[in-house]
Amino acid sequence: MSKNFRPDVDAPEWRGGHTPYDIIKEGVIALVVIGLLTVLLAVVFGSPDVPAITIKSWSNAAPIDFANTALSELNGTSLTASYGAPYNVQPSSASQALGPLKLEYWVGIHIPINTTNDFVVDPLRALPNQPVLDQNLAQWTGASKAQRATWVAHYTKAASGMKFIDGQVVVKTTTAGPVPVMINDLTQMARSGALDQALITGDSFYSTDYTESLLFISDGNYLGDVATKQHLQGNQWGVMNETGSYPGQAWLWLYTFWYQIPPFSTSGNGDILVLAVMILLTAGLTFMPFIPGLRAIPRKSRVYRVIWREHYRNQNTT
Amino acid sequence: MSSQVDRQWTTRLRRRSFGRLPPEKMLPDTQPSYVASWIYVFGVATISALVVVIATGCVLAIFGPEWWHVSNIGHFVNSLHLWSVEIFFFCMVIHLWGKYFMAAWRGGRAMTWITGMVLFLASVVTALTGYVSQTNFDSQWISTQAKDAVNASGGGAFFNLLNPGQMLMWHIVLLPLVLVALVAAHVIMVRIKGVVPPFEDDSVAATRAADVESTGAPQ
Repeated sequence: MSKNFRPDVDAPEWRGGHTPYDIIKEGVIALVVIGLLTVLLAVVFGSPDVPAITIKSWSNAAPIDFANTALSELNGTSLTASYGAPYNVQPSSASQALGPLKLEYWVGIHIPINTTNDFVVDPLRALPNQPVLDQNLAQWTGASKAQRATWVAHYTKAASGMKFIDGQVVVKTTTAGPVPVMINDLTQMARSGALDQALITGDSFYSTDYTESLLFISDGNYLGDVATKQHLQGNQWGVMNETGSYPGQAWLWLYTFWYQIPPFSTSGNGDILVLAVMILLTAGLTFMPFIPGLRAIPRKSRVYRVIWREHYRNQNTT
Repeated sequence: MSSQVDRQWTTRLRRRSFGRLPPEKMLPDTQPSYVASWIYVFGVATISALVVVIATGCVLAIFGPEWWHVSNIGHFVNSLHLWSVEIFFFCMVIHLWGKYFMAAWRGGRAMTWITGMVLFLASVVTALTGYVSQTNFDSQWISTQAKDAVNASGGGAFFNLLNPGQMLMWHIVLLPLVLVALVAAHVIMVRIKGVVPPFEDDSVAATRAADVESTGAPQ
């Protein structure tokens, strides 16, 4: 044994006895026990499967919320419209930064989304045989940027009194140009299910990418309302939970914990701050063997005396 | 002839592999007597749970990602998959903290500890990609909430939680390959180095320290 034996780095050479050990038998028994335990838990508790929200189900259950969300996509006030990278708006005040590190901004726009066109105008253009809508879309397309902004501002102001009557979105305004028809027709399109398809497939037949649909749905209040009832909001320990009374991703408890306390819960840079703290803590644990002081904690805590209690008992009696 | 054989890559690899990990180390029939605690069970239990996770995942893969919504058998297989994942993490976390309190990195075992930690992190990402590939409300909510952290790191441009097609590929191909490779490396390192011995008892350590001090040489 070396003169410079470091108890938290070096291990003493084992000169004691050995006992029989059937590693294959141990593995088979463990597999059988774990398999049976899995079957037992699956039979008793099952698994949750709350159906996905569609734009169709959302706009039928909460048409006013949908129409207001559609308006926010049109006037650029939705979360997605002003999100920043990787979707849009560079530079964006919404982009998170860790001090001088603006990772989100530096990486830039890789999934470009213009909510006005991608979520409202382009899907409406795909609707066939809609002469009134086509006329209003032509008016929108032919107008100046300032004129569009004026129409949208007038509609937005009047939208606080928005009603849904006889299947139609009703907003009392005569100065919003084509916007009332656009919002109402998009709501009708959504309620028919056509908007779900338009956002998923775009110009392609196949798609496995639901980015646009999910961003649109998450801009509304309906998804969050359902999540609140399912105890899934961020202040309800968010993503580590799942619907029903299931353990969810319990291993994310520390990650989710930070979101419950300031400054993480109040900062506009909360996500990147939490990520930075977790990277730091994880790096500390991963490289523990090389960190003097920290690597001595197990020895000084003496928890190992419980783990190897039989070994120490035998050592003291011999 | 023999010198030519000795220089072959195959010969060198075989000699090196079996030199470091002879069959009696890979499949031992005895173990040090200090390996006598329930905490040691959680390593093999974690691997067993991973086997069940992969097996149930393979059944789900046969019928596709939406089968379990429309089939009672599919839903049951999904339940098996879910609970085996829960058991996997439960066993892995206990295994991790058990090894932490043993300071299991001692005696040249630092890489074993590090691969274990990387395994834990890779498992967390694998589970997340599974949760967002379920094609139900949980997927919608978790993906739309978790995207902000991934985007804030700059990773959202390449790892899009809102694209279930991409997430499913990561979940059933890329990350399982990483996990299985890491588990293999971790187990091989454990077998090569053996299970870390206990800390010296206080009296033994004190005696050795005194010997070193008086004679200048360890006993």
